[in-house]
Amino acid sequence: MNQLLKLSDFSVSFTTPRGDLHAVRGVDLSVAKGESIGIVGESGSGKTVLSRATMGLMPSTATCTGSVEFNGAPLSDLSHAEVRNYWGTGMAMIFQDPLTSLNPVRRIGSQLMEGLIVRLGMSKDQARARSVELLERVRIPDPYAAMKKYPGELSGGMRQRIVIAIAIACTPELLFADEPTTALDVTVQAQVLELLAELRQEFNMTMILVTHDLGVVAGQTDRVVVMYAGEIVEAAVTKDLFANMKMPYTEALMKSIPRLDQASGQRLRVITGRLPDPTTPEPGCSFAPRCEYATDKCRAEKPPLVTMQNGHQYRCFFPIGGSL
Amino acid sequence: MAGSGKLHLRLDSDPLLVVQDLVVQYKVNRKSFVSAVAGISFDVLRGETLAIVGESGCGKSTLGKAIMQLPRPQGGTVVLDGVDITALDGNDLRDVRPKVQMIFQDAISSLDPRLQVKNIIDEPLKVWKKGTAAERSIKVDNLLNSVGLDPVVVRDRRPYEFSGGQCQRISIARAIALDPVLLVCDEPVSALDVSIQAQILNLLQDMKEKLGLTLIFISHDLAVVKAVSTRVLVMYLGKICEVATPDDLYAHPAHHYSRALIAAVPIPDPEVGVDKIRVTGEPPSPVNPPSGCRFRTRCESASQRCAAEEPQLQEVGLGHFVACHHPVTN
Repeated sequence: MNQLLKLSDFSVSFTTPRGDLHAVRGVDLSVAKGESIGIVGESGSGKTVLSRATMGLMPSTATCTGSVEFNGAPLSDLSHAEVRNYWGTGMAMIFQDPLTSLNPVRRIGSQLMEGLIVRLGMSKDQARARSVELLERVRIPDPYAAMKKYPGELSGGMRQRIVIAIAIACTPELLFADEPTTALDVTVQAQVLELLAELRQEFNMTMILVTHDLGVVAGQTDRVVVMYAGEIVEAAVTKDLFANMKMPYTEALMKSIPRLDQASGQRLRVITGRLPDPTTPEPGCSFAPRCEYATDKCRAEKPPLVTMQNGHQYRCFFPIGGSL
Repeated sequence: MAGSGKLHLRLDSDPLLVVQDLVVQYKVNRKSFVSAVAGISFDVLRGETLAIVGESGCGKSTLGKAIMQLPRPQGGTVVLDGVDITALDGNDLRDVRPKVQMIFQDAISSLDPRLQVKNIIDEPLKVWKKGTAAERSIKVDNLLNSVGLDPVVVRDRRPYEFSGGQCQRISIARAIALDPVLLVCDEPVSALDVSIQAQILNLLQDMKEKLGLTLIFISHDLAVVKAVSTRVLVMYLGKICEVATPDDLYAHPAHHYSRALIAAVPIPDPEVGVDKIRVTGEPPSPVNPPSGCRFRTRCESASQRCAAEEPQLQEVGLGHFVACHHPVTN
C-alpha cells in the first residue's frame, strides 16, 4: 500500500512551571493513502495534540521529537514556513468547535475564498464560483446568501458544514477531523458523518478522525488507534478491534458507554480514577492504577507495544483473551 | 408531532408534579414572540425519572427552567405537591424554591469561580438559615462525602482546580443541600467524557435512591436517557411528540421523529449496519412554526392533514402516547 503519513517515535512535550508535560509519547503510526483512521481516547489522552503537532500547529512552548514523513517528505526537518506549504493542499483540519474556528467578523465567503486564492492561486471570481460549488456540495441551502453571512447568523450544524467546506476547499490528500461532531445534535451528527464519508470517497481523501466516541469510529473508519496518556495502547482494524479487544482500557471504555441495545435502568460500568498526571509519568503501565486486572508487574514495568500476526497491536502484559 | 393533549396525564396516581398547558414565550422584537414551549402538559410521579429529549432549540431547557419559574411562564400551571406554584409570588414562591433544585450542563461555569467549595455548598444552607456555622460545616462535609469527594482535600479549593466531572459532583452536592424533592438535571453529562459520564450517572442514580428524589433529566443523548429514565418525553419545537417508557420507546417508536432520533445514535459496533432513517435539514425557526404538526416539514409521511390539523396525543400502547396522524406501525 502507498504510505501517505508516517510518524516514527513521535513525542510532544510542553514546558510548564510544574515541569515538562508529556502530551504525546513515542507514537509510531503509518497511514496508507485512502485509509480512514480513528484516534480514540479520553480528554487529555493526547489525541488532539498528536493531530495538531503532525500538521505543525503547535505553540512555541511545545517541543516535538521524532519524525513525521508526509508523502515521503520529512516534515519534521522542515521549517515552519515550509510546512505551511502543505496546509490546505496536503493536509487540512476540521476543528472541534465550529463556533470558535470561524472568524466571527468576516463573511463566510471571504473565509472560504482565502484558501483558494492563497493556495491554488485562483482569481477572486474563480474562487467565488468554486466557493459556491463547495457550499452546495456540503448541502448549505441557498449558497449565494450564505456567502454573504457572518458565522453568527448560522446554526451549529451549518457552521460545521462551512468548516468542512473550508477544509476540503483545496482538496487535501489528508484530512484531520478533530471531534467534528462533538458539539452537534445527534441528528445533525449523523448528517455530518454521512457527508464526510461521501466527500472522502469523492475526493479520494485519507482521513484521520479524532474522537472520544467509539460509536462514531465504528461506522466511519477502517482502522482504530486507542490512545491513553499520550501513548498508543491498542491499534487494530476496526472490526477486529471491536470483536477482539486486547487492552483492558479499551474494554473499560467500551463498557462505560450507555448503549441503545441495553435494557433500561442498568447501572453503567465506570472506569474509576483519572488519567495520570502527564508531568510525572508512571514507571509501569500508565493505565495500571485504574485497571482491574493490574498486577505488581504492571505497576513496576512498562509493557511494550506487542504486534500480533494480523497487525493488531496492544500494550499490555495480560491482554484480554490471552496473548496470541 | 408537535401535538397537544392531556391523555397521558395520570392525575389519579397523585403525581408529584403536574404541568398543564405550559407556555413560555420570548420576545423577538416589538411585534413578534417565539413560543419556546408551546402548550406542554406532563406529569411526574414520585420516585420517577422523567427524561425530556429533543434537538437543540426544541425548548427542553426552557421547559426545565419554567418548572422552576425561571422565568415565569406566560401560560399554564405547574402544580408541585398539590400547590400551584404559578399562582404564588413573593415569599410564598420563595418558600417552595428549596423543594426544586437544578443541575446545569456546564458545571464549571455554574459554580462561582471566586468561592471555595465549602462556601459554594454552604451558601444555600446559609441563605435558608439551616443551623449554626459549626452545624453547617459538618453538613457540608457530609454532602461532599456523599458525592464521592474527600472534604479534607476539596473544602478549601476553588472550582478551577477541578475537572468537569468533579465540578458536576460539587454542583450535585449543592443541589441536594436543601433536601429537595425534585431535581431538574439539564444535560448534566453532555460536557463530560464517556468514562466520567458513567460515574456521574451512577451517582445521580444513587442519590435518587438514597434521598428518595424525583428526577427530571433533560438530554439530547438517547442512549444516556435509556440508561437512567423510567419515562421519556420526546419534544420538538416546543411541543410533545411522544411519551413512553424507555423500553417501549426504543423498541417501538411510534412517532417518525422519535424513530429518526433513535436511528441517528451511532452504535459502537462496526458489524451493525448504519440505519438509513434520516431526518434531513434542521428544525425550522420557532418564530414561524409550521402549521398543524410542527414536524411535518421534515417528515416523510406528512400528508395534507398534517398541515391542516394539529395532532393530539393518542394512546398506542399501555402508557405509550404519540401525537401523530400517521404513527409508525411496527
